[in-house]
Amino acid sequence: MGFSPKTTEKIAFMLLRLAVLFIVVILLTIIGYLVKNGLSIISWEFITSMPRRGMTAGGIWPAILGTVYLVSGTIAVALPLGVMAAIYLTEYAGDNFFTRLVRLAVVNLAGVPSIVFGLFGLGFFVIMLGFGASILAGSLTLAIMVLPIIITTTEEALKNVPAAYRQASLALGATKWQTIWRIVLPQALPGIMTGSILGISRAAGETAPILFTAAAFFLPRLPGSIFDQVMALPYHLYIMATQVPGADPTIAYGTALTLMAIVLGLNFTAVLIRLRFRKKTV
Amino acid sequence: MKTTKINVKELTLHYGETKALDKITMEIKENQVTALIGPSGCGKSTFLRVINRMNDLIPTVGIVGTVLLDGENIYHDKQDVVVLRKRVGMVFQSPNPFPKSIYENVAYGPKIHGVKDKKALGEIIERSLHQAALWNEVKDRLHKPALGLSGGQQQRLCIARALAMEPEVILMDEPTSALDPISTMKIEELLNGLKERYTIVIVTHNMQQAARVSDDTAFFLSGVLVECGPTGEIFTKPAQQQTEDYITGRFG
Repeated sequence: MGFSPKTTEKIAFMLLRLAVLFIVVILLTIIGYLVKNGLSIISWEFITSMPRRGMTAGGIWPAILGTVYLVSGTIAVALPLGVMAAIYLTEYAGDNFFTRLVRLAVVNLAGVPSIVFGLFGLGFFVIMLGFGASILAGSLTLAIMVLPIIITTTEEALKNVPAAYRQASLALGATKWQTIWRIVLPQALPGIMTGSILGISRAAGETAPILFTAAAFFLPRLPGSIFDQVMALPYHLYIMATQVPGADPTIAYGTALTLMAIVLGLNFTAVLIRLRFRKKTV
Repeated sequence: MKTTKINVKELTLHYGETKALDKITMEIKENQVTALIGPSGCGKSTFLRVINRMNDLIPTVGIVGTVLLDGENIYHDKQDVVVLRKRVGMVFQSPNPFPKSIYENVAYGPKIHGVKDKKALGEIIERSLHQAALWNEVKDRLHKPALGLSGGQQQRLCIARALAMEPEVILMDEPTSALDPISTMKIEELLNGLKERYTIVIVTHNMQQAARVSDDTAFFLSGVLVECGPTGEIFTKPAQQQTEDYITGRFG
């Protein structure tokens, strides 16, 4: 090409920096756009009060609460299941046909479109098992969707525990389970936590899985049991942006901003945890 | 005349198709230091791991022959591996203390075998750290992280950790190869005192070390036990030509 290696390197680094800048700019643009259009409505009242006048005014508290309930339910199911599955796959499973099948299933589960999860949830949890549209059905559907994330991040965390620790433990006469419980799991905990937070963040932001399984257009009362329907932030965003004529448009932006704040806050926490524990163990 | 602690008869070990140990027959005497020497890949570490059945962890391993510990075959179907590893402890090549406090490292063994009483644990820990010549250096920081110790101290901690189980046999897999000369010397001095209470089998790459610390030496080559006998004889009048070639540095 005619450029000296040094010049080529300079050009390459410049392109790399531009790429990173581009990503940051996009994120800042999205946040900036939301802030510009929605910040004005954010207030303690907005966050804690119910929608009024046919949702054309008022707050988004039930949607926030609904999201919290759904996400709690999701993690309560996905975390234990996912961690146990990951422990089995990493520590106990041999390299046989069955294990490979399970791994294939996990990978494919991760690729299923979220609307398909929603449909599955409708057919299986809502109708077949008779839970009806409810927090239970929604949480279970989201849990299945989030399971691959938990499994893969937990497996990564477990694999990162040095084999030397396991060997030392076993050589002292510990059983495999004692080794996992006392040495491997505590050491893998930061990674598992990071994975769960990423899972929570994903569950909080998804609309399609809860569309048929949990979300309601409007509920006059807050949910009282896991068999109740809920309002949820992602769905509420869609509703306020397109389904309520005469609504104050800022409400939709405010909802989006709240949802973004939650998701970004969670992701940021996950990164902080990982950084802090990386410093500790090194 | 020392009694035989471990009796190995016609031990053959395969990793899948590869033969790693070929009809090994030898006796390891009680309360002595037995050194296993030989070039890289000769099977000495594999043989060491046979004694505490750590090779069981490898899925493709196949073992034939008998290994008697105090007359009982440790490869018998009914043998509880957990019980075996209480009696036979191991120290690894790279120091591998757990990412916990010094106290928790030494307490790990006793705790998993049911010792809960704080006072009893304290005594075990102090005794073990004394035996590993580490007590004075760490007695004021028992609850500090073990990973904050130097390499030599970490290895002595691993020795203390193994001693906390009060084993009968201690297996050491090149315990000083990752350490500086002073730490190496400290650990070699330890061995002299330890052998009064324990039977020690040490794999070493360093022939001078074998000559310094061991009572008996076994020379391995390509999975075969070439020669085994009192250290003095092996290093001055070896019976086999291959032994002499290795010791004089003609290969390996």
